[in-house]
Amino acid sequence: MIIFSFIRRAVMQGVPLLYGSTGEIITEKSGHLNLGIPGIMYMGAIGGVIGGFFFEQTGADFSHWYIRVLAILIALFCSLFFSCLMGLLYCFLTVSLRANQNVTGLALTTFGVGVGNFFGGSLIKISHADVPTVTLTKTSSCFAKHLPFVDTVNKMAADNKCPKILAELCQTIFSYSTLAYLSIVIALIAAHVLMKTRVGLTLRAVGEDPATADAAGINVNRYKYVATCLGSMIAGLGGLYYIMDYASGVWSSDGFGDRGWLSVALVIFSLWRPNLAIIGSFLFGGLYIVHNYIGGLSMQAQELFKMSPYVMTLLVLIFVSIKEKKEALPPAHLGLNYFREER
Amino acid sequence: MSEVKKPKNVREPLFHLAKRDNLSGKKALLIRLSAIAVGILITCIFGFLIVGWTPLDILQTLIDGTFGTSNRRWDLMEKTAILLCISLAVTPAFRMRFWNIGAEGQTLVACLVSGACMLKIGDKVPNPLLLLIMLVASVAAGALWALIPAIFKAFWNTNETLFTLMMNYVAAQITSYYVYIWSVPKGSGHVGIINSTTKAGWLVSIGDKPYLLTILIVAVMTVISYIYLNHCKHGYEISVVGESEKTARYIGINVKKVILRTMIISGAICGLTGFLIVSGADHTFIKDSVGGLGFTAIMVSWLAKFNPLAMTFFAFLIAFLGKGSNEITTLTGLDSSFANIVTGLVIFCVIGCEFFINYTIRFRKKETPAAEKPVAPAKTDEPEAETETTEKEAQS
Repeated sequence: MIIFSFIRRAVMQGVPLLYGSTGEIITEKSGHLNLGIPGIMYMGAIGGVIGGFFFEQTGADFSHWYIRVLAILIALFCSLFFSCLMGLLYCFLTVSLRANQNVTGLALTTFGVGVGNFFGGSLIKISHADVPTVTLTKTSSCFAKHLPFVDTVNKMAADNKCPKILAELCQTIFSYSTLAYLSIVIALIAAHVLMKTRVGLTLRAVGEDPATADAAGINVNRYKYVATCLGSMIAGLGGLYYIMDYASGVWSSDGFGDRGWLSVALVIFSLWRPNLAIIGSFLFGGLYIVHNYIGGLSMQAQELFKMSPYVMTLLVLIFVSIKEKKEALPPAHLGLNYFREER
Repeated sequence: MSEVKKPKNVREPLFHLAKRDNLSGKKALLIRLSAIAVGILITCIFGFLIVGWTPLDILQTLIDGTFGTSNRRWDLMEKTAILLCISLAVTPAFRMRFWNIGAEGQTLVACLVSGACMLKIGDKVPNPLLLLIMLVASVAAGALWALIPAIFKAFWNTNETLFTLMMNYVAAQITSYYVYIWSVPKGSGHVGIINSTTKAGWLVSIGDKPYLLTILIVAVMTVISYIYLNHCKHGYEISVVGESEKTARYIGINVKKVILRTMIISGAICGLTGFLIVSGADHTFIKDSVGGLGFTAIMVSWLAKFNPLAMTFFAFLIAFLGKGSNEITTLTGLDSSFANIVTGLVIFCVIGCEFFINYTIRFRKKETPAAEKPVAPAKTDEPEAETETTEKEAQS
């Protein structure tokens, strides 16, 4: 049943991308191209690690359920806090100080990746802790909890009490952690809010034509601030999921890799629609690991396979711009700052 | 300010922002320099909290790590030169408001092509010819990599920022592919120093200074770029297209041609940089040969307001900070990413200070002097001093 294990791994690869691109879509809908997403995701991850690390260092007893809940909350809070700070910094520089978005975003990425790797690599030295590596097995196990009945079904299948295929299917659908399901829920909510509600309409108006939105009495800057900070926090969760669930709480330098940029690519691929991003993220996740599942691939061929998500994004980008489908184009004011007196 | 009578219940906002027409060069420079100073100050505070060193220690280590020995000085110069060269490359495109963030990829393909030439024909042709072939091939490769997004931008208005970004990773994976094919020993994932015995394809060193030629080439390129951008018809066309595409069309500039031509130039200079990296310094290539310099260069170019001469300073600053903070982390055994944090902090400060150069804050006129206190938003990297200068200018 290699197909099931492939799907499972693809989904697990896709979840950080989904968080990242949902966050970026919300930000981009407000007209801000936040190229700091990779840095923000690193910050989300390291936030969770720092929170979890110091909590584990207190020697709390993880056998109590309330300690486990507390561990989750602390890591979650730190992660959201760090990524929100990054979002605020980006907003402050681009919305209030009207700095160039590309430059600010790239600086944010440099900074965020730097902070992530620096604290990930030196946390022990700084805190004088008596541990060899940053390994948050306990906190991570709280995050990685999946639904209990999956194990039951697995056991039944092992005892030949139910068909194997059912067990595999059950595992493929239900075996992920809460954060994974949360990513889908957030993406669906985001899609609904963007396309079906007043707030979403306003946000899109801000991204398409801030001057008109301003004239209609919308507080443009507030929308930009809220959208960017919210987007950053969602993207930060992607980092948290990666470190707590996918990497089992083990920090490795540059372990997160280029997933941040892949999320930015996914935004284009999914045509700025969070619901399409769900499918897109799993597809990207699959493309990211498919080389492990094709037998007899040489090392160099694997490298070419890793190129496929980017090539597909390029093709979508080209196709969409040639077709000129209005609803599939980037927000008209993407990347441009708005200053009322410059109209 | 207008003296129109306002209704009593309408409150004038506490402050409002107005665009400055032109700030004198001296004041702008002062603001930028103080922003850099603040950035370094924040670095010192951060370093004090993390490492426990006094700011003086940190400054001394920064300087010692970059100027301490002759080798370090040459290394610093070379790093500055390479960063400057990529910054020069992205500048024409940026002046045209073509957001080419693909310098990383454009340089990397050039590195790949240079390395490939060294590997494949290194022992077949005489060294001067080999160097020429490498130079031409890498310039062509860089130009081609830049031309692809430019074509789509010119004809279908495809978003160039996203396009060039994706091209970076395509380039990275292709390079990785060839690194695996040519890796020594097989499958190890690195090519190793190419032609280490014959030194075929290595840029000749002048005297015993290995990087001198690289530095000279980049110095010449800087002057050429400056002249090209500021004193040539082409440079003028680029600026017009950047200011307003419609205006450019009305006055008879072929916008498509300008876009394509500028991007070819941009990519070609990236190609030159790739050649300098492989032939002049690394003598090998990996996926990370450019190591994010393509992105840093974008910031350098922008910080310098697309002025090639000012870029020299900013490239030097970034190289200095990077190398200096590496010295700190080597001494303390901390993670080398400290350099990224420092770079990020200083860049944030400079980005932020641009605002005070372009805009002025005008405060509400009020009888009570209480309203005169600075109202810069709370959590900012900006120095108080800047807010005050802005205020004074606003009142004068």
